[in-house]
Amino acid sequence: MSDHTLTSLAAALKNGDASSRELTTDYLKRIERAEPTLNSFISVTAEQALASADAADKSRARGHAGYLTGVPLALKDIFCTQGVKTSCGSKMLDNFIAPYSATVVEKLDAAGSVSLGKTNMDEFAMGSSNESSYYGAVKNPWDLSAVPGGSSGGSAAAVAAGLAPASLGTDTGGSIRQPAAFCGITGLKPTYGRVSRYGIIAYASSLDQAGPMARTAEDCAHLLSAIAGHDVRDSTSAARCVPDYASELGAPLAGLKIGLPREYFGDGLAPAVESAVRDAVKVFETLGATVCDVSLPHTRYANAAYYVIAPAEASSNLSRFDGVRFGHRCDDPEDLLDLYMRSRAEGFGEEVKRRILIGTHTLSEGFFDAYYTKAQRVRRLIRQDFLDAFDEVDVLMGPASPTPAFDLGAQKDPVSMYLQDIYTIAINLAGIPGISVPAGFSGGRPVGLQILGSHFAEAQLLNVAHQYQQVTDWHQQRPAFAKEID
Amino acid sequence: MQWETVIGLEVHVQLATRSKIFSGASTAFGADANTQACAVDLGLPGTLPVLNEQAVAMAVQFGLGINADIAETSVFDRKNYFYADLPKGYQTSQMYHPIVGPGEVEVSLDNDVTKRIRIHHAHLEEDAGKSLHEQFTDETGRDMTGIDLNRAGTPLLEIVSEPDMRSAKEASAYLRAIHAIVTYLGISDGNMAEGSMRCDVNVSVRPKGQAEFGTRAEIKNVNSFRFVEQSIAYEVERQIELIEDGGAVVQETRLFDPDNDETRSMRTKEEANDYRYFPCPDLLPIVLDQAYIDHLRDNLPELPAAKRERFESKLGLSTYDASVIAASRDMADYFEEAMRVCGDAKQAANWVQGELSAALKREHLAVSQSPVSARQLGELIGRVLDDTISGKAAKQVFQALWDGQGENADEIIDTKGLKQVTDTGAIEAMIDEVIAQSPKQVTQYVEAEPEKRGKMIGYFVGQVMKTSRGTASPQQVNQLLKEKLDALV
Repeated sequence: MSDHTLTSLAAALKNGDASSRELTTDYLKRIERAEPTLNSFISVTAEQALASADAADKSRARGHAGYLTGVPLALKDIFCTQGVKTSCGSKMLDNFIAPYSATVVEKLDAAGSVSLGKTNMDEFAMGSSNESSYYGAVKNPWDLSAVPGGSSGGSAAAVAAGLAPASLGTDTGGSIRQPAAFCGITGLKPTYGRVSRYGIIAYASSLDQAGPMARTAEDCAHLLSAIAGHDVRDSTSAARCVPDYASELGAPLAGLKIGLPREYFGDGLAPAVESAVRDAVKVFETLGATVCDVSLPHTRYANAAYYVIAPAEASSNLSRFDGVRFGHRCDDPEDLLDLYMRSRAEGFGEEVKRRILIGTHTLSEGFFDAYYTKAQRVRRLIRQDFLDAFDEVDVLMGPASPTPAFDLGAQKDPVSMYLQDIYTIAINLAGIPGISVPAGFSGGRPVGLQILGSHFAEAQLLNVAHQYQQVTDWHQQRPAFAKEID
Repeated sequence: MQWETVIGLEVHVQLATRSKIFSGASTAFGADANTQACAVDLGLPGTLPVLNEQAVAMAVQFGLGINADIAETSVFDRKNYFYADLPKGYQTSQMYHPIVGPGEVEVSLDNDVTKRIRIHHAHLEEDAGKSLHEQFTDETGRDMTGIDLNRAGTPLLEIVSEPDMRSAKEASAYLRAIHAIVTYLGISDGNMAEGSMRCDVNVSVRPKGQAEFGTRAEIKNVNSFRFVEQSIAYEVERQIELIEDGGAVVQETRLFDPDNDETRSMRTKEEANDYRYFPCPDLLPIVLDQAYIDHLRDNLPELPAAKRERFESKLGLSTYDASVIAASRDMADYFEEAMRVCGDAKQAANWVQGELSAALKREHLAVSQSPVSARQLGELIGRVLDDTISGKAAKQVFQALWDGQGENADEIIDTKGLKQVTDTGAIEAMIDEVIAQSPKQVTQYVEAEPEKRGKMIGYFVGQVMKTSRGTASPQQVNQLLKEKLDALV
């Protein structure tokens, strides 16, 4: 089972080699075996999954089946799913049964896919290791002493361990690409606006974007076609038509211009990661691509800008968790202020509180211009860096993360954790798409190559990644843990 | 010392859209609690706002109505604060780039004077829900607060004036002018009792002649014209007394208590919220092109100031009549229809301002609820103008129409026999009868100084009119009586 890709399962379902019930049952068994060790799911919705599988099988028998009909998937627990607990990895929402479904969940339901459950994540998507989850850390299937990355750590670990062929994650500053890199899978953060945010519990609204996490670029292409598109319920979603991404995977790479941002190969980059990335670039040269150095001069300000803008938006987005209408409420509040203070003090974890405090401070009178306004100016400069680079080259390549997965508990202070995102954060600030693909190993832990494209160039990114995966087999490697639960 | 009052108003106008500003839930007033609050209004995790274009159009119409600049690009900001009836923990508003730029409103004051009040800007925002503090207790009998989110997300236009008003009267006149504009435009029902219009009043005082403003107090949520005047009157007196006693006004928010006719401190500047405004990342800026604005401008109705001016200059109404009638679109429409039917603006204005307004006031009705239609009144006035009935009889006909005793004036004139008698012979006969029955008065008249007789004739006129049950033409009665009585001298 852990060998299967979404594409191969879709083919098996289509050819009648397997039913959705069989696949779903197999995956549920794998989850049952793996979870005590891995902790990649917050909720496993076995009953609903089997019911959807049966419905998908019936639908297929009647001749009504799309590409994803009957394909089991896992969803990050940030997507509101009607009738299912949607916790966002927080005690605050431990009791929250979503009364409606996110647009992407509706789209997947309409496509007939089967949700196996909701995956673990850093609390409110704030983290790079999945250690801030109220539901405990997730283990990396490649090395159980390592983190899976974050915040979509559960989604990445589940796919790597073969607990689902593919999953959905969200990415605000690297939360799809970094865990994809740490877990040796393929993960795409689409252009801001490509996928509706409606029903995705907001962390930083101007940066959040949902995307596919799977074993191959081809799988990601199928999943992206299913979830992308304009949504009248999200004013920031783009009114552009959605290509059939999978049908655009055949283009040869001869003449492709690859830029290597100097700033992405500097201090702090682990030598093993750098050599894996440079080796991958050589593979592209053999496929006919040309390579040159480029500069993204404002890169060094990206983290600072991000850690002003994202917490500012978060401090406001998380105000609704006040114990009044839903979520955690403290016992016996004395008055309204007591209700607010204790409900929030009890419901939020350390990292969430830290970011709310940072955001509240930077938006305060007297600080707003120095922090928020300035960070927005930096953001425009960073975006312009990328636009300038894409005048010269087609795609940019670099590492997805400065190191492979680090040990659980290794990052003790918040700032060193924040520095994990130095190669991913600027991409969210610029709103462009980025994909991480497996490109080697260091000490038994996967290394991810990050490929970046201009706005709405997902088809190109997926094709570039796909062509690489045609001539390499990093993405086909399986962790020992996955084999143990076969 | 002579003091001058300085007043600025922030008026919140509920826009008459069918659905809320950022969701599809209904805005209808009076539904059961929380039945008109959808996932977006409840601020459920993951929900997003989508702007109601109708609210934008209404804001632009208002801007055009006060000759303001309309912003090509305006932006929604989040105003962050915690309150139990504020579901998201922030109010979506427009702080830095409001949709309507500076404009002005012409306000009519009592003594036929008009004054221009400048408007700083107007911006769109969402309303909060309501906290109900009085009706709930928990199982142990402790007081609880209920939250009704039906109102949450109702579109508001907040209209912020410059501190241009100098008296309570000017403030309420300004509020009336705003009321007239928004109801003329049809962008709000203007129903103050239901909270469709309410305002925050900023009041300060300064020694007359001083250029700098005094420290102001803001009186929150005043919801009637009368309360605006009362709260300002109280507040001005409080501030002057405070200063004259050697104290100082502190900048603070106060609440008006109409039951005790006083304002009370709510919170001082030190306790004020830092709202941490920043642009709402869930909403795109509103970008308006000139064609859109022009289209709305071309379709604007005639507004109160233009109407008042036309009533005065083209129809010859007094400034007072013109402003009172033009203050309400319903009243102006009624007047214009009555005038069209009878063909006489002054008479129509007299009737609308006189008999009609008095009757409406007596029975607490709006002009739209008048039992006498504008057409009926116009026809009635027509019968006075063509001498079919006397003015006095006309009042009886009006009352009969009001009471539903007939379809139109003609029918009532017929059934009540109120047609004016203009037959000289018939009137002479009635005069002769009255003279014969009033020997004492006749003797007095004959013996009186000639210059005093003019007044004394009134008695005889009254008697003749009574005899004719009001149907005799008063002019003829007057003339014939004079001839007959003078003949006796």
